[in-house]
Amino acid sequence: MDELLKIENLSVGIKSPAGKVQAVRDVSLELHPGEVLAIVGESGCGKSMLCKTIMKLLPKSAKIESGKIIANGVDITNYSDKDMRRLRGKLFSMIFQDPMTALNPTIPIGKQIAEAILVHEPKLPKEEVYNRVIALMELVGIQQPHERYKLYPYNFSGGMRQRSMMAIALAANPKVLLADEPTTALDVTIQAQILDLLKEIQTKLGTATILVSHDLGVVARCADRVAIMYAGKIVEIGTAEEVYYDPRHPYTWGLMQSLPALNKGAKELKTIPGMPPTLIDPPVGDAFACRNEYALEIDYHEQPPMFKITDTHYAATWLLDPRAPKVESPMGGKRNV
Amino acid sequence: MSDILLDVQHLSHVFKLGKHAVIKAVDDVSFQLKKGEIFGLVGESGSGKSTVARCIMNIYKPTAGKILYTGLDICDRLEFRKYHKMLEANRQIIFQDSTSSLNQRMTVADIIAEPMHIHHIKPPRGSLRAEAEFQLSYVGMDSSYLDKYPTELSGGQRQRVAIARALSMEPELLVADEPIASLDVSIQAQIINLLRHCNREHGCSMLFIAHDLSMVEYLCDRVGVMYHGKLVEIAPTAELYANPQHPYTKTLLSAIPIPDPIAERNRKRMDFDEITFDRDGVLTEIAPGHFVLRKEDLE
Repeated sequence: MDELLKIENLSVGIKSPAGKVQAVRDVSLELHPGEVLAIVGESGCGKSMLCKTIMKLLPKSAKIESGKIIANGVDITNYSDKDMRRLRGKLFSMIFQDPMTALNPTIPIGKQIAEAILVHEPKLPKEEVYNRVIALMELVGIQQPHERYKLYPYNFSGGMRQRSMMAIALAANPKVLLADEPTTALDVTIQAQILDLLKEIQTKLGTATILVSHDLGVVARCADRVAIMYAGKIVEIGTAEEVYYDPRHPYTWGLMQSLPALNKGAKELKTIPGMPPTLIDPPVGDAFACRNEYALEIDYHEQPPMFKITDTHYAATWLLDPRAPKVESPMGGKRNV
Repeated sequence: MSDILLDVQHLSHVFKLGKHAVIKAVDDVSFQLKKGEIFGLVGESGSGKSTVARCIMNIYKPTAGKILYTGLDICDRLEFRKYHKMLEANRQIIFQDSTSSLNQRMTVADIIAEPMHIHHIKPPRGSLRAEAEFQLSYVGMDSSYLDKYPTELSGGQRQRVAIARALSMEPELLVADEPIASLDVSIQAQIINLLRHCNREHGCSMLFIAHDLSMVEYLCDRVGVMYHGKLVEIAPTAELYANPQHPYTKTLLSAIPIPDPIAERNRKRMDFDEITFDRDGVLTEIAPGHFVLRKEDLE
């Protein structure tokens, strides 16, 4: 078994009063042991839904409509909640976006981490649990763990809370770590620290990580592979070098161009016009077509398949079809790799 | 001296925590904002950026120090009372959290027209609704949003409504308190373009507060760096990014993510040790317009 996690043609729909929202549409991806896969996209494009689907933390109104989730060689698509409970924490763990609301404010930090250990090994002696908690706190860079064991979340700063969250997530040695915008609520300096910590843990423990973010700048530091998501679909996927230095999808171009770091001296930041479409009634053709200045006629009628660029790099845009007119990337084509 | 719009002199603000404990949120901060300038204020959360903004807007009363707005001391009660109409109309603020800064029970049209209503300004475009429609189109939204409620809008749209409300008074000074912190990257770019347009076309001076240094570099003319209530460095933007002097500024700059995997992976990140931070320095000019907090005897 090469892949730790394999998702095949996954689609998820959420029932709402206005109709069914197609939150995730036909997503396929693989996660190999020990790699960091970054999922990047605007809000509402289904990144978080994808994570929650993998963890099976979907709300009652949401349903997996088609596709398969294969974890460690086992198809877990139809696992019940009871079966999933054994996998959560052991096989995959999740770090949530907001460390303020994900921790229980009335329980000391140390006890919350201990809880995560005890769930999987209920008969562990007290002392051993304590030692494990201290070791975990040291692993995620919480200094003076003995003194801080008894502190409450409100005694901690945002960065420290996110570190505690990571300690809880790592308590049962998961094989896959899902980090859903772990740094969005944090400062730039703390953000850099947390990202470095993620990378460090990943090299130390060999945990495969799915890192969800809306900022291409943030994931550059630790991602091995990058998937760009738009309107519930993956539109481009490749190694970090391929996506950053040779992006092919117009949406990736748009995301890159709106970063001020690539706009030095420009009069105006480039923006992507319009809004992402609502997924209640997704358009027939390419969902990005109406915001895309390079859109072709066919984009409005038919969804583009994933075109292969290299063995690892795929993009879903008709521009890659041999019949399509040649379009020069506004990023200046290939940058020096 | 007439080109200085806002002059903050030795501003301090102390929050009381219980009977004895106090927090010095802002500690002896001085800076000046010239007319037509965008001044950026950066620093980590808890460094007192927002407190400075709120003191400038008369939301908090400073513990010590003076704030002069076009020469008027706005912290002086009598003087403020005398000119409060002008002061309230000419200074506008955009808050970070657009959800809580817009009244959920008012429609977009009412929200945007409210400042005009309060100040009894005769709408130059006929009716308040026409005025709201114009402001809305100025920030890039069409008139179909006029009768919607804030809950029906996305984060970027709400922030635009907040900007439209601030701009409806055609302010001289716009205080933007982290207006883009909770938005998507592509929406951030749209808001930044809008703010830049206001500044270039309408000469609206701006105090831009953020912790995203790459946006600040793009937007601002001058930047001040705050740390634990102290202003540690002020410089023109290009100068600050090319030649940072204070160790904290260097740390902040090293933490900006760059969208370039190979360069980013090889980059060394710096850590700033809080213990080495010396609160007792004074701002010393080391280059024209470039001030750094350091001890006098170093010179």
